Amino acid sequence: MSRLSQVFANLPKEHKAFIPFITAGDSGLDNTYELMLTLVDNGADVIELGVPFSDPMADGPMIAKSHQRSVEAGIGLKDVLALVQRFRAVNNSTAIVLMGYLNPIEVYGYQAFAADASQSGVDGLLVVDMPPEEAHDLKQSLDAKEVDLIFLVAPTTTDERIKFLATVASGFIYFVSLKGVTGAGHLDIDAVKQNLSRIRRYIDLPVGVGFGIKDAQTAKAISDNADAVIVGSALVAFIEQYADDKTKMLESVGNLANEISSAIK
Amino acid sequence: MNHYNLPDDSGHFDQFGGAFMPETLVAAVTELKEAYEKYKDDPEFLAEFEYDLKHYVGRSTPLYHAKNLSKKLGGAQIHLKREDLNHTGAHKINNTIGQVLLAKRLGKTRIIAETGAGQHGVATATVAARLGLECVVYMGEVDVARQALNVFRMKLLGATVVPVSSGSKTLKDALNEAMRDWVTNIDDTFYIIGTVAGPHPYPMMVRDFQSVIGKEAKKQFADQVGGLPDALVACVGGGSNAIGLFHEFIDDTSVEIYGVEAAGYGLEKGPSAHAAPLCAGSVGVLHGNRTYLMEDENGQIIEGHSISAGLDYPGVGPEHAYLKDSGRAKYVAITDEEALDAFHTLTKVEGILPALESSHAVAYAIKLAQELTQDKHIIVNLSGRGDKDIHTVAEIEGIQF
Repeated sequence: MSRLSQVFANLPKEHKAFIPFITAGDSGLDNTYELMLTLVDNGADVIELGVPFSDPMADGPMIAKSHQRSVEAGIGLKDVLALVQRFRAVNNSTAIVLMGYLNPIEVYGYQAFAADASQSGVDGLLVVDMPPEEAHDLKQSLDAKEVDLIFLVAPTTTDERIKFLATVASGFIYFVSLKGVTGAGHLDIDAVKQNLSRIRRYIDLPVGVGFGIKDAQTAKAISDNADAVIVGSALVAFIEQYADDKTKMLESVGNLANEISSAIK
Repeated sequence: MNHYNLPDDSGHFDQFGGAFMPETLVAAVTELKEAYEKYKDDPEFLAEFEYDLKHYVGRSTPLYHAKNLSKKLGGAQIHLKREDLNHTGAHKINNTIGQVLLAKRLGKTRIIAETGAGQHGVATATVAARLGLECVVYMGEVDVARQALNVFRMKLLGATVVPVSSGSKTLKDALNEAMRDWVTNIDDTFYIIGTVAGPHPYPMMVRDFQSVIGKEAKKQFADQVGGLPDALVACVGGGSNAIGLFHEFIDDTSVEIYGVEAAGYGLEKGPSAHAAPLCAGSVGVLHGNRTYLMEDENGQIIEGHSISAGLDYPGVGPEHAYLKDSGRAKYVAITDEEALDAFHTLTKVEGILPALESSHAVAYAIKLAQELTQDKHIIVNLSGRGDKDIHTVAEIEGIQF
């Protein structure tokens, strides 16, 4: 069983998975490493690591700026894979999903990426700007190395497409809670609930919900119907705010992670 | 001989093109694709498009034999396709007229666009004003500063111009920001992309709307000179004016096709000194399609440079990438300095002030004409007029108003 499946299988019945997102290399790779350990200590079941990209067009200002800082520091996909490898030396149970845009993977080469990602201990990949129609070759490379390819479902995704996604998705489904970018502020919990039951009609995988979840209260409300809650911008905000004060950064990120994780478990 | 009929149903020009986009956009892009398939051969839609091009834009534009310039060079005859004479001063409006007609049929009430030099923004604000639609134009902060005149024009037309301060603050970032707006306001908003980029069907649809340029030029050339021209020359940023001229001639293999990219300070000065992905870039995926890009070894997009705000886009339409790899078209590059020289030459010799973008095409045609004999004919797409660039040129030459 893959590490991702294991994570979901091991959760006690009323517990939901907590999936924090941070951009790799934002405020330095060493800090990202320590943040990962802090997130695990505070309840992270899966960590989503953003692969820095110069043009993060689906992200709101908070995460877009975070990408920009990492890109300016010269952090690339190779560095992200090395970071995962470093993490794996001390942690073999928390699943790691890379989230990003296609071009860095395109330039790396699909087969080389799949091999190196698997070898580094990456469990899943989510490519924001790669719909399943274009994903055939990448999926084949990842399947060969048992790395899950995770797909997004949006409020605008039709039932017919959800059926199609069911045939290609693995790991879990990432439901984009709203029409908008990451960190947006107009989450409608009832609409999310309806969409989740729509997804469940066709797909058997665990469903995580992300975009616009900022605090424990919202996370709790969402988790009533979801299998996992994904939080990014609210954590990344602390990395920006305390870029020069590592202690404060780790403490703030850890506290928020703990509040959210406790609320859904 | 096989008739050229790319892209395929999924928007691919061989390995290039496609539809790479976030899931939220898939429904809107599918809706657009279906609408375009429904209307592109619809007689009523086409009649409205042609009526507007004739009575509102002022088409057809002349094909003008630049006799003075040709004589001065002593080589091939240069003919200028005068897209600068269109309403709003460039070819861009051919496309915005077509897309806004689709927006109207889809019942969208809000139009968004990205713009570099401001020509596409102006052309979008113009058609939105005419149909009474709300219009928001995203423009990089750097471009807002260097194209102040067009910013004011858009505002006069009732558009909201949003300066974009993320990334490199130019066209690519304006496109990112427009995408962010679109995913947020997907229900009532139509995104009018200004060039032959973006996810399928944009590259095909924009090409089709712009292909009026080549259709007219072909007929005008046959009437005025007879037969086919020997070469076509057009500047390539995203590549919409170029594909508009080229498309009608792709099957006419006797016609040489030249796309002219911006060499900026010089290709040899490295990727941040130019904006020539076809001449000096590599393959990647950006803004919805697979194409040639300016990118580094990590796959990060490199912000290039050109004197012309309309050419410094780090990608290029996927059909150009295909035409390059298939060998049907050749892509060359012209420096800032050569473009400026051509700007002055055409202004002085023919009394036509070309846009700095179009000046790149003129500059290459000047080189090419001198390699050919006087009985050869070159059609140059004079894609826009240079009024918007007067400040840029004056500043470079140290002139103050």
